[in-house]
Amino acid sequence: MKNRDLSFWLFLAPVLVAILIVVIYPLLTGLYYSFTNWDGLRISKFVGLDNYIKLFHDKEFGDAFWFTIKFSIAAIIVINIIGLGLALIVTQHIKTSSFLRTVFFMPNLIGGLILGFIWQFIFTKAFASIGESIGIEGLQGWLSTTETGFWGLVILTSWQMAGYVMIIYIAYLQSVPEELIEASQIDGANRFQRFRNITVPMIAPAFTVSLFLTLSNSFKMYDQNLSLTNGGPFNSTQMVAMDIVKTAFTENSMAYAQSKAMIFFVTVAAISLLQVYYNKKKEVEL
Amino acid sequence: MFKNRRLLLLEIIGILLAFVWLVPFYLMVVNAFKTKRDIFADTLGLPEEWTWDNFVQAFVQLGFIKAFGNSLFITAVSTIIIIICSAMAAYALSRNKSKLSTVIFFMFVAAMLIPFQAVMIPLVSQFGQLDMLNRSSLIFMYLGFGASLSIFLYHGALKGIPESLDDAAKIDGCNKFQTFWYIIFPLLKPMSVTVGVLNVIWIWNDYLLPSLVIGGNGTETIPLQLFFFFGQYTKQWHLALAGLSISILPVIIGYFFAQKQIIKGIADGAVK
Repeated sequence: MKNRDLSFWLFLAPVLVAILIVVIYPLLTGLYYSFTNWDGLRISKFVGLDNYIKLFHDKEFGDAFWFTIKFSIAAIIVINIIGLGLALIVTQHIKTSSFLRTVFFMPNLIGGLILGFIWQFIFTKAFASIGESIGIEGLQGWLSTTETGFWGLVILTSWQMAGYVMIIYIAYLQSVPEELIEASQIDGANRFQRFRNITVPMIAPAFTVSLFLTLSNSFKMYDQNLSLTNGGPFNSTQMVAMDIVKTAFTENSMAYAQSKAMIFFVTVAAISLLQVYYNKKKEVEL
Repeated sequence: MFKNRRLLLLEIIGILLAFVWLVPFYLMVVNAFKTKRDIFADTLGLPEEWTWDNFVQAFVQLGFIKAFGNSLFITAVSTIIIIICSAMAAYALSRNKSKLSTVIFFMFVAAMLIPFQAVMIPLVSQFGQLDMLNRSSLIFMYLGFGASLSIFLYHGALKGIPESLDDAAKIDGCNKFQTFWYIIFPLLKPMSVTVGVLNVIWIWNDYLLPSLVIGGNGTETIPLQLFFFFGQYTKQWHLALAGLSISILPVIIGYFFAQKQIIKGIADGAVK
């Protein structure tokens, strides 16, 4: 197919039109709106960098951003450790292997909104009940403080996403050649040395993929945030995605919300590019 | 002997972990069968008296059959459109080696970096001004948001399909569209399963986009209905949990039947 062939453009047309209208055009107009006083319908004034300057001094946005970063770091670490652990267990020659995979993966299929509601019940009712029966004070009043809200979100996300990451690690673990393991056994490497020197380098790409996926998923999280804590108490567990939605559709500050969205976009894109670049480099070195 | 003991230990750890993983589902289902007072008295144990009343009430209040139909319609139509259109686009891009083709492919891949929130506000207001916030627009938007990853995946799969097949089809008198539809598309079937799985899971569970685009005219999907329902019964856990259980049931049934394809699809989608 050549550029001037009609068929080339006909094949591309539906997708090209959809992406231009749904993604590219709103992104470009959004960038423009963020420099104006757009109210969702019309623009009466070009305000330059005013929205961005305001945003820089906005404590609520700053808090949301900081909370999102802290949450993402905690979530990435916990999810990947659990996910790799689960993958290492189910790739051994144990009888229940496929049953275990099924169970660990299950939460992934269910929407974040539903999972958040379920865990809201567990944290507020079941935790309190367990705490009462075994006498642990710390299990009372979960989700009513910033701290418990934070860890509540981390626990929920880890439970949901560890199985997903497990599937990725399994795919790479299974591609480690048996001969390499056997050779190292003959050379007298113990279990830990084998893991450190054979398995880890061989599954290096799995770390790239998993870290990238968990980072971007945690950073962009909205549904779980909405249904588990709804940002409370006092917006202290509100993440950036939720802050943008609220600024736009509850407070109706459209142009201002769009400037937040642009900062959000740049951050997400930068993290993704940086991480892909960094991990590609590392893989080559190995 | 030593090796077997180690495996047995791992087996036991695995099963214990699986129980921990299932506890949230256990708590949800068990408490959905209790009365309000029962939940308050004993959250962790089995119900003293199993009652179906919560399920009946939640089923009716959710308008579950209608919501299920809406979710099914939107998910199925969007996914089919995404599969066909993305495969076509990826085919065109992979069989055209020009610079322009590379640039367009790169634009599609780059679009994956754009988070939904970055375009959400202008998108919704632009469609709103044209009075086009409805179900058809929602499906069109799913094509726009879902196509990037799907094209990327199909593009990878197409590298493994030799171009000599295209030439052979051409000699046999196929036009471009026939070549695609009768020769290439069937060969892409494994990738179509992956693309289908990824998009079905995402669209079925999506809340934010439909909450902004549809609603108020009987086209609400399950997540939307559930959100309204939960808002109304926020302090009545027996009803809320029954509603959640009902909403999860179709997913669990689907998982039971298509488990292999789903896990394979997820692995392929993430790894490629």
